[in-house]
Amino acid sequence: MINATTPIKAESKDLNFFYSNGTQALKGINMPLYENKITALIGPSGCGKSTFLRCFNRMHDLYPGNRYEGQIIMHPDNTNILEKGVDPIEVRMRISMVFQKPNPFPKSIYENVAYGLRVRGESNKRLLDDKVEEALKGAALWNEVKDRLQDLAFNLSGGQQQRLCIARALATDPEIMLFDEPTSALDPIATANIEELMSELRNKLTILVVTHNMQQAARISDYTAYMYLGDLIEYGDTDMIFTRPTRKETEDYITGKFG
Amino acid sequence: MNSNIQKNKASVIENLDAVRAMIKRHKRNDILFATIGLIAIMFGLLALLTLFVDLVMDGYPRFNIQFFSDFPSRRAGSAGLLSAWVGSLLVMLVTFLTAVPIGVAAGLYLEEYAPKNWFSDLIEINVSNLAGVPSIIYGLLALGLFVYGLNLGQSILTAGLTLGLLILPIVIVSTREAIRAIPIAIREAAYAVGATKWQVVKDHIVKYSQGGILTGVIIGMSRALGETAPIITIGALTFIAFLPPSPITTEVPFINFEWLSSSFTVLPIQMFNWLSRPDHAFHINAAATGAIIIVVTLLMNGTAIWLRYKIRKNIKW
Repeated sequence: MINATTPIKAESKDLNFFYSNGTQALKGINMPLYENKITALIGPSGCGKSTFLRCFNRMHDLYPGNRYEGQIIMHPDNTNILEKGVDPIEVRMRISMVFQKPNPFPKSIYENVAYGLRVRGESNKRLLDDKVEEALKGAALWNEVKDRLQDLAFNLSGGQQQRLCIARALATDPEIMLFDEPTSALDPIATANIEELMSELRNKLTILVVTHNMQQAARISDYTAYMYLGDLIEYGDTDMIFTRPTRKETEDYITGKFG
Repeated sequence: MNSNIQKNKASVIENLDAVRAMIKRHKRNDILFATIGLIAIMFGLLALLTLFVDLVMDGYPRFNIQFFSDFPSRRAGSAGLLSAWVGSLLVMLVTFLTAVPIGVAAGLYLEEYAPKNWFSDLIEINVSNLAGVPSIIYGLLALGLFVYGLNLGQSILTAGLTLGLLILPIVIVSTREAIRAIPIAIREAAYAVGATKWQVVKDHIVKYSQGGILTGVIIGMSRALGETAPIITIGALTFIAFLPPSPITTEVPFINFEWLSSSFTVLPIQMFNWLSRPDHAFHINAAATGAIIIVVTLLMNGTAIWLRYKIRKNIKW
C-alpha cells in the first residue's frame, strides 16, 4: 500500500518527451518510483511505456533530435537526471537496464558480466572475479555456468542469456534497474525464473518494468501504472488497479474489453 | 442427397487434377530458370578458367625457382621476376599501411561520430563514386601531387600512396558496411552499462566488425596488386636489374627507410613489358607472370573468405 513511510527513489514531474520527428510520445507524466518496490507499466502497444522507461537511463540521447521536458528527480541527492548538465553516462552508471530480447555481447560469459566494471576502469582480477560471481549468483545463474565462465555467451539458452544480461546489469550495483518487457522472448519456464528473480532483486534495488502481460504485472509488481497514448491514465497499488480501478479506461483494458 | 455427395467427390477429384497440372506447369519455370542461372555461372567461370589454363600452358616452362630469383634480362630464357615481385611486395606494404588506418578511421568516424545531415550524405555519395573512378585518374592525381607537388619522385612510396588512395574507398565502404551489420541492441547494451562512445567503439564496434573490414582490405589489396595504369602514369620503370635497399638491416636501428625512395617495378608492369616485345620467347615469361598474378589474387580472395568465416563463426546475429 502507498504510505508515507515508503521512501521515494525517483519521481517524474510533468515529463514530456518528443521524438526527433516532432511527435509527442509522453504528455505530462507525474509518477513516483518507491524504493525497493517493483513498479509495472502496462498499456497497449505504442502507449509510450517503453519511451517512458528509456527516459530513466537517457537512452533517447543516443539518437539526435529527441527532446525531454520536465524532470525526473532521483533521491536522496535530488538530482534531475534529465538536466542538460547531468551526463547521461553518470545516469546509466546509477540506473541499469535489461532489454526485451537477450542481448549479450559476443564475448565470454565472464566478460559480459565484467564489462560494466571494466568500463569503470576496474582491472583488479580478484575484485572482478568476486563481483562476477556475486552478480551471477544474484541472477540465479552461477550454478549453471560456474564451470564454463570462459564459454561464449551465445552458447547459453535464451532464458540463461536473459539472466546473464540481468547479471551484467547487476554487477555495477545500480540503484534502479529498468526492465523492458524482459520475458517477451522467453518460454513460460524461463519467464517464471525471471519473475522470481525480479521479486528477489527488489530487496537490493528499485525496479521499473514494462510488460505486455497483465498477469505478469499483477504477479510481480507492487505498483502499477496504466498508460494510453502518452498519458498516464491511472497509477496505484497493484492490488487496487487490478481489483478496483477508479478509471473506466483502466478497467476496460485490464478486463480485456480493449487493447 | 447421396447423389449430391457423389457429385461433390467427382468435382473435388477433377479440381485436384487441375491443381496438379498447374503445379507441374509452374515447376517447369523453376527448372528453366535454374538452367539459365547455371549457364550464366558457367559462362563466367569457364571464361576465367580458359584464360588461366591458357596462361599456364603457355608459361609452364618458366615455373621454376630461377624465374623468381633472376633479374630481368635481355635474354628471355634467363629473365626473371625478382625485382617485380619484391617491388610489388614493398608497394603493397606501403598501400596497406596507408589505406587501412585511414580507411578504417574514416569509416568509423562517418558511421559512429559524424552527424547525419546533408553534408554526411554528400560525403557518402562521393566516397561511393570514388570507388568507381578509373584508376588512371588516380595515376594523374598522383603524378601531380606526389611526384611533382611533394617531390616524392617515381618511388615505391609514391606508388604505395597512389594505390592506397585507389583502394581507400573500398576500405571505407567495407568498414561502414561491417559496422552497420552490428545490431543496435548490442550498442544499446554497451551504452546502458555506462560506456562512453570511445569505449563502445574500441570494445565492441571495432572488434565485431573486424571480419568485414579485413575482407574489404584484402579484396582492395588484391585489386591494387593487379593495377597497372596508375603505376605506369607515375613512371614506374620496366627494366630494373637491382633490388631496393632492404627495409631490415643488421646495424642499429635495424630498420631503414631508403627503400621508400627507390625506383621499382611491379608484376603487372613486368608482364606488360614482356608482352610488348616482338620476341615470342618473352611472351612465355608474360604468360607465366599472368598465371602467377591470378593465383596470388585468388589466394588473397580465398584468405578473405576463410578469415570472414572464421571470425564470423563466433558471432551470431
